[in-house]
Amino acid sequence: MIQVQGLTKYYGDLCAVDHISLDIQRGEILGLLGPNGAGKTTVLRMLTGYLRPTEGTIRVKDYAIDKNPLEIKRLIGYLPESAPLYRDMLVYDYLGYVADIREIDKNRKFTKIRKLAELCGLNEVMHQPIGELSKGYNQRVGLAHAMMNDPEILILDEPTSGLDPNQIAEIREIIRRIGKEKTIIISTHILSEAEAACNRVVIINRGTIVADGSTETLGQSTSQGHLITVALQNADLEAVERELYSIQGIEDISALDEQGDSLEVRITCRYPEDLRGEIYKRIKQTNWVLMEFHQETRSLETIFRSLTKEA
Amino acid sequence: MQRVIHIFKKEFGVYFVSPIAYIVISIFLLVTGWFFFSAFFLFNQANIRGFFALLPITLSFVVPAVTMRLFSEELHVGSYEILLTMPVTFLEVIFGKFLASVAFIAAMLVPTISYPISVSFLGQLDWGPVVGGYIGALLLGAAFSAIGLFASSLTRNQIIAFITGVAICFSLTLIDKMLFFLPRSLLGLLQYLGADFHFSNISKGILDSRDILYFLSVSFIALYGTYLGMQEKR
Repeated sequence: MIQVQGLTKYYGDLCAVDHISLDIQRGEILGLLGPNGAGKTTVLRMLTGYLRPTEGTIRVKDYAIDKNPLEIKRLIGYLPESAPLYRDMLVYDYLGYVADIREIDKNRKFTKIRKLAELCGLNEVMHQPIGELSKGYNQRVGLAHAMMNDPEILILDEPTSGLDPNQIAEIREIIRRIGKEKTIIISTHILSEAEAACNRVVIINRGTIVADGSTETLGQSTSQGHLITVALQNADLEAVERELYSIQGIEDISALDEQGDSLEVRITCRYPEDLRGEIYKRIKQTNWVLMEFHQETRSLETIFRSLTKEA
Repeated sequence: MQRVIHIFKKEFGVYFVSPIAYIVISIFLLVTGWFFFSAFFLFNQANIRGFFALLPITLSFVVPAVTMRLFSEELHVGSYEILLTMPVTFLEVIFGKFLASVAFIAAMLVPTISYPISVSFLGQLDWGPVVGGYIGALLLGAAFSAIGLFASSLTRNQIIAFITGVAICFSLTLIDKMLFFLPRSLLGLLQYLGADFHFSNISKGILDSRDILYFLSVSFIALYGTYLGMQEKR
């Protein structure tokens, strides 16, 4: 669907994006992750044709961005960071204007706007000036704007920034609903968002790609062992350590919390062993009461941190 | 072409949604009306030459005030990014905005038609120069709009856009009056550059292709500058 080759952007002497190559398939929901200033927005701006790459090529379907920018823009719906819209216009007028520019058929225009207002929950604010809307509504108008032409590709730059948890959940729900048939690219620095919404994650740092894969494969790619948290009653740390260190493959046991006779420990296992069965067998042989027992998968957060940490 | 019309309609509509339109039009009518009629009865002549004589100076202040927001506001708010990621070309954006500004100036000139009408009750008014004057005023407004649009595309600050626009329009208007101080060898050229010179020709009722060409080429150069400014931002 989208092929990016050696994409580079310089702002003066500053290299914002450095030879990025990406191949995005139809139907993928791609999360573009990275710390602030990593070049996420610059990449998206080049994909949408707003900025001209210093070097490299972008192809969307059969179109090249430098030769057929209009055709590409017709395929893409784009929500820029913080959705900067015309503040003087009413929501309804604005959506009508976008529909006109997007060349939506006159007869379909009204039903299209109604449908989008329904989908994005805009019905109550249709006749208010955009400048008077709350951030959440503003963002939703931006989303409706981006989806006006039923784009095959939807590009959202930090769609949930500045929203409250309910609004974030709503926006994610919308993304999931439309993501079934469309290619979506989301940039974010909120990791849980990428984990929740995306099926592929690309992490960029200082303008280069440092990781690329599905959320699961990324989790396995860092060769660190599993973490197991166990909460016990009627046990003390010394006895637990004595009992569990005898299992082959346990690297570390540390107490997270110790109150009276209840104890919570974190067990670090050697990569890539799964020791849950063994640990449970040991605990069963004692008179400890098992209150909690779970294994954490390495979260995206740890991967993100280890990949983008300043050297 | 369809999209030019949509952009035009949106920009033109926004003028009248916000108070800018009404403020600018009121001030324009107040200033031109006052200066024209306060001197009108002294001459005891049924023509509106006084109105057209002042027009280049008034317009060089008013037009940049009309055009200053066209790009600067979009750049400031960031909606420029939204505009350019929709399927529109630079030229469509520029022409849509340019036409909106010209149409606004036309709308601003419409109420002034009451001046020649009321004058025609007082004496024999020659309508030739009046028609010529209005054609000239539109051409002048278009040229100044293009200059104001160019100034607006340079900065995200509307005040800077306004001052830059006024500076360029005002110098084009005044260059004609400054000829006295300028070297003789350049006189012909500099006079040709003055907007006032060409406008006063037309407002005498003489539609000379040279004068029309002048306004069209000023518009073209300024709009091309706007286009280059937009290219530069990518």
